[in-house]
Amino acid sequence: MMPRVVVTGLSALTPVGNDLESSWNSLLAGKSGVDRLTRFDCSMYSVRIAAEVKDFDPVRFMNPKEAKRMDRFCHLAVAAAGMLEQDAHMSPESMDMDQCGVLLGCGLGGLETIEEFHSKLLKSGPKRISPFYIPLLIANMAAGQVSISTGAKGPNLVTTSACASGLHAIGYAFSDIRLGRARAMITGGVESTITPMAVSGFGAMKALSTRNDDPQQASRPFDRDRDGFVIGEGCGLLLLETLDSAKERGATIYAEVVGFGASADAYHITAPDDSGEGMAMAMRQTLREAGVNPEQVDHINAHGTSTYLNDITETKAIKEVFGRHAYDLLLTANKSMIGHTLGAAGGIESVFSIKSLYHGQVPGTINLENPDPECDLNYCSRGSVNRNINYALCNSFGFGGTNGCILFKKFEE
Amino acid sequence: MSVEEKVREIVVDKLGISSDELKPESKFVEDLGADSLDLTELIMAMEEEFDIEIDDEKAQELLTVQAAIDYIKANQQAAG
Repeated sequence: MMPRVVVTGLSALTPVGNDLESSWNSLLAGKSGVDRLTRFDCSMYSVRIAAEVKDFDPVRFMNPKEAKRMDRFCHLAVAAAGMLEQDAHMSPESMDMDQCGVLLGCGLGGLETIEEFHSKLLKSGPKRISPFYIPLLIANMAAGQVSISTGAKGPNLVTTSACASGLHAIGYAFSDIRLGRARAMITGGVESTITPMAVSGFGAMKALSTRNDDPQQASRPFDRDRDGFVIGEGCGLLLLETLDSAKERGATIYAEVVGFGASADAYHITAPDDSGEGMAMAMRQTLREAGVNPEQVDHINAHGTSTYLNDITETKAIKEVFGRHAYDLLLTANKSMIGHTLGAAGGIESVFSIKSLYHGQVPGTINLENPDPECDLNYCSRGSVNRNINYALCNSFGFGGTNGCILFKKFEE
Repeated sequence: MSVEEKVREIVVDKLGISSDELKPESKFVEDLGADSLDLTELIMAMEEEFDIEIDDEKAQELLTVQAAIDYIKANQQAAG
């Protein structure tokens, strides 16, 4: 029989807080983390807003030499892993680290490093490229660095599925534990690509909001006047482990992971299949794996990007899967406050889904003033809502037509 | 800034150590904790700073801070 898998640690570094508690409190208070873009001089860009992690000093979490050998996405991952170790009371004494893996989602990796060294290559030639260039940029270095900082010697890799990377990471980490490949997994998502090339590229696709004069109102999932997503960065991590392992070491159990689903639209490189069928398939598969009826689900932490197509398609897919019960669900779009953290989104938003489940509190969706007529569900647009939640679903969808969905359950013996 | 000072500055920056730890006889690997990637980067930084070429064979002989300083001084003079 496959082991039950529970969540025994959470951490987050987000545009609304440099740890989980401050991030969570900001979300409950409806505080936006979107502001003017400061990571580079964006005066010539059509997009001049972003959801940045603010006042983050990697040297609080590692020595200066280690910090120099990492791109910012690895700084965020290692810092969040340190906070996760504390939250979960992980230690080599209490946990067999040979049996603990690291599986993180990351959409792009060290784009900032690539841009910096490409400029150097053009200016000074190939002899001036540092031997640290490759280890700085490769996406799986996030998992590598976390294994080095924590001593976790189990499976070690990164999933790359654009904006669903973090969610897929959690899903496959869950599967690894169920299949007995590890007893515990550090999982979630990380991204830090608020760079000239990323902003230009997403901007060229018209995917980004250009509401530059009103940054805090720019990310407005499901609102009639939404005009694209706001690029964000951050990291959200979970510790998953078998129920036996959690009990042996007397860990606090935040939730149980009960189902995961993944699918492809097989439709278009960037636009979701407008029938919503691909998204619906991932949600149905998740419920089937969990053996849960749609009516049992209380809460959906939506992908809700604030792009025209995602928000209507996701709404349609939810109605397709949940029928009339869709109108009883509490939905929320964390991206209204933290922006779109790309490969980190599924990690960060899973962390918040579990917080909602554990505390019985769902943060609101801000800036949802005039709902799109095609977005007619309850997205908690009037602020956070208190309600007992037994099952919380988290959605992530990515370019390439990739879909992921995970279901968390309130823990019961 | 003298060659000594510049070399010290590069080593402190690239190896992320404090300048108090650095002595002329300090060995890059044994005393200052450098790995092979650090050594390559140190050599590159010195080549760039002093506008000289250090071939791979020579680079492997530069084991201490003082050896690097001596080599740079000798080769700068030769070039001058």
